[in-house]
Amino acid sequence: MSAPAILGSLLDFRRLDQIATGDSTVHRLDARAKVLVTLVFILCVMSCGRYEVARLLPFFAFPIVVVASAGIPASVVWRQSLLVLPVALLVGLPNPIFDRAALLQVDGLAISGGWVSMLSIVLRSLLAAAASVVLVAVTGFPAICGALERLGMPRPLAVQLLFLYRYLGVLGAEALRMNSAYELRSNGHALTLRHFGSLTGRLLLRTWERAERVYLAMCARGFTGEFTSGRPTRFGAAEWLYLGGWCALFILLRTQDLVARLGAAVLGGLR
Amino acid sequence: MADALLSPAVGGAMGLVAATAVAWCSRRVRRDGDDRLVPLMGVLGAFLFAAQMINFSIPGTGSSGHLGGGLLLAILLGPQAAFLVVASVLIVQALFFADGGLLALGCNIFNLGFLPVFVGYPLYRAIAGESAAPVRLSAAAMIGAIVSLQLGAIAVVAQTVASGISALPLETFALFMLPIHLAIGIVEGLVTAAIVSFVRTARPALLERKSRAVGSVAGPALGFVAAALVLMGVAAAGLASARPDGLEWSIARTTNAALAPVSSPYTQSPVAGLVGGTLALALACLVGLALKARSDRH
Repeated sequence: MSAPAILGSLLDFRRLDQIATGDSTVHRLDARAKVLVTLVFILCVMSCGRYEVARLLPFFAFPIVVVASAGIPASVVWRQSLLVLPVALLVGLPNPIFDRAALLQVDGLAISGGWVSMLSIVLRSLLAAAASVVLVAVTGFPAICGALERLGMPRPLAVQLLFLYRYLGVLGAEALRMNSAYELRSNGHALTLRHFGSLTGRLLLRTWERAERVYLAMCARGFTGEFTSGRPTRFGAAEWLYLGGWCALFILLRTQDLVARLGAAVLGGLR
Repeated sequence: MADALLSPAVGGAMGLVAATAVAWCSRRVRRDGDDRLVPLMGVLGAFLFAAQMINFSIPGTGSSGHLGGGLLLAILLGPQAAFLVVASVLIVQALFFADGGLLALGCNIFNLGFLPVFVGYPLYRAIAGESAAPVRLSAAAMIGAIVSLQLGAIAVVAQTVASGISALPLETFALFMLPIHLAIGIVEGLVTAAIVSFVRTARPALLERKSRAVGSVAGPALGFVAAALVLMGVAAAGLASARPDGLEWSIARTTNAALAPVSSPYTQSPVAGLVGGTLALALACLVGLALKARSDRH
């Protein structure tokens, strides 16, 4: 990934955090319910067999419905989810090469298992990425860390996750500043390796100093490791409904071959 | 390590080991209570995250190579805190970039976190000692990094073999992984040595406080490695006994024999599945549009 691409994706990430401050029914739910639903979703999707393609398609209903009902911009979610494509393609690429035994016969054309499993990997990655992006968009990262902690994650790790997120932003801002400073002074020359090394070292130290100031300021304002998101965090009827409804759907889609039956019914009806 | 290569049994077993290690390290970090460590952990995590985005994929194995950074973090933060930082970066990558995947998270935390921090770092300390001679530090960093990465590569091969899913033959896989990780280890050793010497000249105070007694982690570290091996062995044995045709299946795959229709996952015509899937997707889109129209009107 090139530097502008990395920075671009980081900025999109911060945009997601802004979207998370929205106010809709989904936004108001307890973070734990949303985190659990996402985990079950990812588990169900990832546990599908390596040659499953059609069965994965209805799972797209989850991100689509949540995006629509929470009123968040679909383009941001879509762009962020697409980031996963290059990695997914690279992971899936060996499959058509090594897995050449014919798996399907469609109208006399033999499709090898490798292509099917590659498509499956791509779909799976898209689904997982979309679910995660939607989770951040309707929950916000600090609330997610808090939810994970209440679900059993040790506090030092949850705090570390939160600070990792915050300092990614600090690091990004410092890197941009350094980049423009270098561009202004370098008179059009490209970045040399030696300069890159010393710039990275200075970036590390400067970011660390700034992070320490931020942390001390937080402590001075009473930070003790608790997570607050300003929303009530009751696990009530709405949360149970959300959790139960979605999980039931995912498990149903995972265990029953509904799509094949739907397709067969439609095809049978058409005949 | 990617989800595609992993069986749920092995992934779950490694996840258990990783979770236990996380809990143990968290307890140690909390007990040591070094407050100034917190921002540094966050910053180094952010740095590691950015550095790891530079992925170079290893063709044919479904794995990608990137700088691990576990050894460097252990040198700067001490083993327990370093482990937590690596775990946090991997969690964020798995959750929000679908990089690696949730099933492989335990494996990744073990391969990229545990091995460099609890095996590579003690090795580094043993070689470097307390000396500040740059040559000795560089040598120690190189050896520590190479050993960590080779062990990590062996771990990936072992986890893949124990899962029994990959069509790649074991020898080819190992032949790919080990030399490539040797190269990556050399690069990582050089980068680690460079950064450590830079920090030593610019901010020596950063390194002074990290005098974690290596002896105190050796016992639990060995315990975790042994537990991981036992769990993986159990998972592999369980799989082998329950599914003897898994072996025939892989043999058929590597000799490029055509699959018999009986073992095809499509019990009905694939066309029906695709039709049904597309219909379901279209339905979901319609529902989504309707919901959007409703929320727009408010």
